[in-house]
Amino acid sequence: MDIALQQSAPTLIPKVFVNLGSIERIPLGEGREFLVDDEEVVVFRTREEKVYALQAKCPHRSGPLADGLIGGGKVICPFHAYKFELSSGNPIGHDCAALKTYNVQISEHGDILLYC
Amino acid sequence: MLRKQKLVVIGNGMAGARLVEDILARGGADKFDVVMFGDEPYGNYNRILLSGVLSGTHDPQDIFINSLPWYEENNIKLHAGIRVSSIDRAGKTVYGSNGVSESYDKLVIATGSSPFVPPMDGLKNGDSLKDGVFVFRTLDDCDAITKYAEGGKRAAVIGGGLLGLEAARGLLNLGAEVHVVHLMGNLMDVQLDAQAGASLRRSMEAMGVSVHLNKATTGILGDDCVTGLQFKDGSTLDCDMVVISAGIRPNVQLAKDAGLTVERGIVVNDHLVSVDDADIFSVGECTQHNGMVYGLVAPLWEQTAVLADRLTGRKAAAAYKGSKISTKLKVMGLELAVMGAKEARDENDEVVVYAEPSRGIYKKLVVRNGQLAGAILLGDAATAPLLLQSFDRGTELPENRAEMLFSLSRTDDPMTFAYVPDTAQICNCNGVSKAQILSAVQAGHRSLKAVCDATRAGTGCGSCKSQVQGILELACEGQVETDPATHYYVPGVPLSKPELIAAIKEYQLKSVSAVFAVLAAGKEDPASKVGLASLLKTIWHEEYEDERDARFINDRVHANIQNDRTFSVVPRIYGGVTSSSELRRIADAADKYQARMIKITGGQRIDLLGIKKEDLPGIWRDLDMPSGHAYAKSFRTCKTCVGTEFCRYGVGDSTGLGIKIEKRFQGIESPHKMKLATTGCPRNCAEATIKDIGAVAIEGGRWEIYVGGAAGAHVRKADLLVTVDTHDEVLLYTGRFMQYYRENAKYLERTWSLVERISIEKLRRILVDDSEGICARLDQDIQAAVDAYRDPWQEAIEPVHPAQFVNTLGAVTLTQIQGLQPSYGD
Ligand code: SRM
Ligand SMILES: Cc1cc2nc3c(=O)[nH]c(=O)nc-3n(C[C@H](O)[C@H](O)[C@H](O)COP(=O)(O)OP(=O)(O)OC[C@H]3O[C@@H](n4cnc5c(N)ncnc54)[C@H](O)[C@@H]3O)c2cc1C
Ligand code: SF4
Ligand code: FES
Repeated sequence: MDIALQQSAPTLIPKVFVNLGSIERIPLGEGREFLVDDEEVVVFRTREEKVYALQAKCPHRSGPLADGLIGGGKVICPFHAYKFELSSGNPIGHDCAALKTYNVQISEHGDILLYC
Repeated sequence: MLRKQKLVVIGNGMAGARLVEDILARGGADKFDVVMFGDEPYGNYNRILLSGVLSGTHDPQDIFINSLPWYEENNIKLHAGIRVSSIDRAGKTVYGSNGVSESYDKLVIATGSSPFVPPMDGLKNGDSLKDGVFVFRTLDDCDAITKYAEGGKRAAVIGGGLLGLEAARGLLNLGAEVHVVHLMGNLMDVQLDAQAGASLRRSMEAMGVSVHLNKATTGILGDDCVTGLQFKDGSTLDCDMVVISAGIRPNVQLAKDAGLTVERGIVVNDHLVSVDDADIFSVGECTQHNGMVYGLVAPLWEQTAVLADRLTGRKAAAAYKGSKISTKLKVMGLELAVMGAKEARDENDEVVVYAEPSRGIYKKLVVRNGQLAGAILLGDAATAPLLLQSFDRGTELPENRAEMLFSLSRTDDPMTFAYVPDTAQICNCNGVSKAQILSAVQAGHRSLKAVCDATRAGTGCGSCKSQVQGILELACEGQVETDPATHYYVPGVPLSKPELIAAIKEYQLKSVSAVFAVLAAGKEDPASKVGLASLLKTIWHEEYEDERDARFINDRVHANIQNDRTFSVVPRIYGGVTSSSELRRIADAADKYQARMIKITGGQRIDLLGIKKEDLPGIWRDLDMPSGHAYAKSFRTCKTCVGTEFCRYGVGDSTGLGIKIEKRFQGIESPHKMKLATTGCPRNCAEATIKDIGAVAIEGGRWEIYVGGAAGAHVRKADLLVTVDTHDEVLLYTGRFMQYYRENAKYLERTWSLVERISIEKLRRILVDDSEGICARLDQDIQAAVDAYRDPWQEAIEPVHPAQFVNTLGAVTLTQIQGLQPSYGD
């Protein structure tokens, strides 16, 4: 995989945008996982061509959120159907902890840029 | 600004945590900084559901009421896992076992109780209970019992009370051989009279529990671990484990050491304040009020509400006047509700009894001055809610006492709920009172779902939902909003199934996203996607525009996801008939892809479990067999018996027919699963009469076609639709019924429910007599669905997307990258 590397602006902030490759690699309306160091991150590509990056495993019992259904700004865990908000990671209608979220965007060339 | 007071609560159980919730609900966060101590290292959980955890109906995760983050969010300092070892009243400080101390302005003791362990020989090894001896009070107890019971143990429960019997049922479900040993001559002698006790004993025995009455246990046998029990009468019982459930003792040592008045419990007055110290309060099982110590949750809900009213100043004059108690036995497959007195006090009391021993039914009312003083309902507790209302409120009983013993239709009348007192607890899992439901309605929640979401009522075991509905109807005075969504085919598109089908056809909507765009104002609803996909496929067949993101993961990868994210692979084995070469391929594939288990399923085929997602295309290619659709809402299998081919009783070729059915209907989507069977004679070895559709061969070469059978979560014998002469006719009616089901069932409605809803007589008229003139069209549409079939496992060769079977698209190592010089805009 081609990992080019980008920075948000030529400043001294040590965080970087990592290029995870073309958004086309993720099927429309689905999510796939990436491993960033030891962290599993799921990137979702919605039908409106928005991207969200969140912690990959459901805090309830580690359901793989990448295999969940998304839409209307929500993801439904495939294991026991708990819902979370894609933008904030907040639980919807249950007491699980919120999902960790990451800053992510699509570059002008259609690449996924994860800020970490 | 006024300084906040510091409120310290000892005990983070059902009473302690509930009190804090009640205080917060009354705006108490402005008045108090709250500090809690809990001996158990968790948030607060619903202790009464431990019985459910032990018997496997509840997951430990799901019984938590307040998870640890809840405390943080509400600014409550919780010392989790810290026991309070002493209270210094003069210095107004409590000391924790780890050396931590907290000063207080107000102190609440809610330490609950501990199991009572009667003195016996051989109980302990050193300081701790002997290996295999347990009590049943906490989540940790539950966990320890479950682990120890693994592998089919012989278990004894000492104590035949409520808790002992619930423990016995749990152990039974864990696969143990279970013995209940009870000191008295009657099970649950505290609540039940002799006749009810005897009836209960028969029901427990019918369940497989051995009951030993009048047995005083004097010792536990075994050197290192339990091997048996020794009784006072000289007899013994062999067993590998013992659960002691011989009553509870309030945890009062702490209060005693602090010099508070303690009898059986910590003595408090109507203000729930200690009679010795105006700053120390007590609620829950450790509390003694008016001579009473309660061992149930309903009284403690009443206590915490009163104390919260007082402490927050909401109702500074609130007073606790004691509770009337009633209880239910939570033993799967057994209904028992009891309240109040179990016997007449004197000859002025009227006693009404109804008994039907053969069915394990026993009902008894004790009536005093025209009011209910007590009741026992065993085997059929349908009128329990009605009796409870009357008991709690002390209303006059109807002249015709039978109305209170048997469920007559008037329980549906919302007016009956008018007599329920506002304080009555409606939801016993979450402790929700009628008053809370009323205020939720006043706050604008006017549908069942809205009320349940707002109050948590009905979200535990769900058995109180009809009562919540009744109260809702009463409070709305007929203005109930029947959740419109209950009539929708899917929650996210506001149309019933016929309306939705009509709109889809009118606007020619062929994909899920097109439906959202046109019929849901562009708003995607993930929970609606799967149901819509199934319906669109049914309507459009080959013209359907498949969008993979609308499918559940199982249908994206044509396999069933497992708890470790591997998948199970079930190839189709037509009619359960296989061959040696097929079996060899299966064996080789199982080895090559390291199946963790090879299992013969309940559907007459073979399941390879534990296959990685990435390996799915490979294993399908190697198997070279079509998908068995064991993951989909679709036609599943057709079970067969050997029929005329081999069986000496066979009167029809059931195997041949089953194979034809399976080849014709494989992969057909439907609102829920369709499982079929064909059987060669009425002995019915393939269980055709409990299938969605079943064909039974009868003498004379004919076939009976049954529909609407069930043997899953619901059990129902199928109804005879029609009797026909040939295999072809069976295929015809099978297809016709399937298409009717596909068009008319709600999403996730099985055939048994459709058949009950429409009635078999009407179905016969429609599908056999063609009363609506739709048979030809149904036949045509199912043919189109058959023609559109394509084996999904062919996607091994042609995946729909390069990442279809990929979990992880890539890995990056930040440490390496961050060392590089970044370039901008590459
Ligand atoms: C593999 C199998 C058990 C076995 O080892 O034998 C099985 C396994 C599952 N069943 Fe089943 N059922 C299996 C036969 C049955 C049967 C008996 C039968 O088919 O003859 C029934 C009762 C009949 C019926 O369908 O009602 C059955 C009633 C259920 C139900 C309850 C359905 C209902 O309407 O009452 C569910 C839950 C559901 O569908 O919502 C279920 C759901 C499941 C799921 C798919 C749960 C899930 O979503 O993960 C299980 C997948 C396990 C896994 O890890 O892959 N399974 N399940 C059987 C596969 C048969 C096959 O060859 O296709
Ligand atoms: C298996 C089971 C099933 C039940 N079923 C029902 C039922 O169906 N219906 C019903 O009404 N009731 C039922 N009960 C009874 C019900 O659970 C109790 O009445 C209720 O839990 C009492 O609440 P509590 O807060 O007084 O005590 P608890 O819930 O026991 O809470 C007390 C807490 O205080 C802690 N604690 C004690 N001492 C200290 C200390 N010194 N320092 C710090 N923390 C301390 C304890 O660890 C405990 O967590 C059941 C009980 C069990 C065990
Ligand atoms: S159902 Fe009849 S034909 Fe089939 S195996 Fe049983 S006895 Fe034989
Ligand atoms: S693991 Fe996600 S809902 Fe259970």
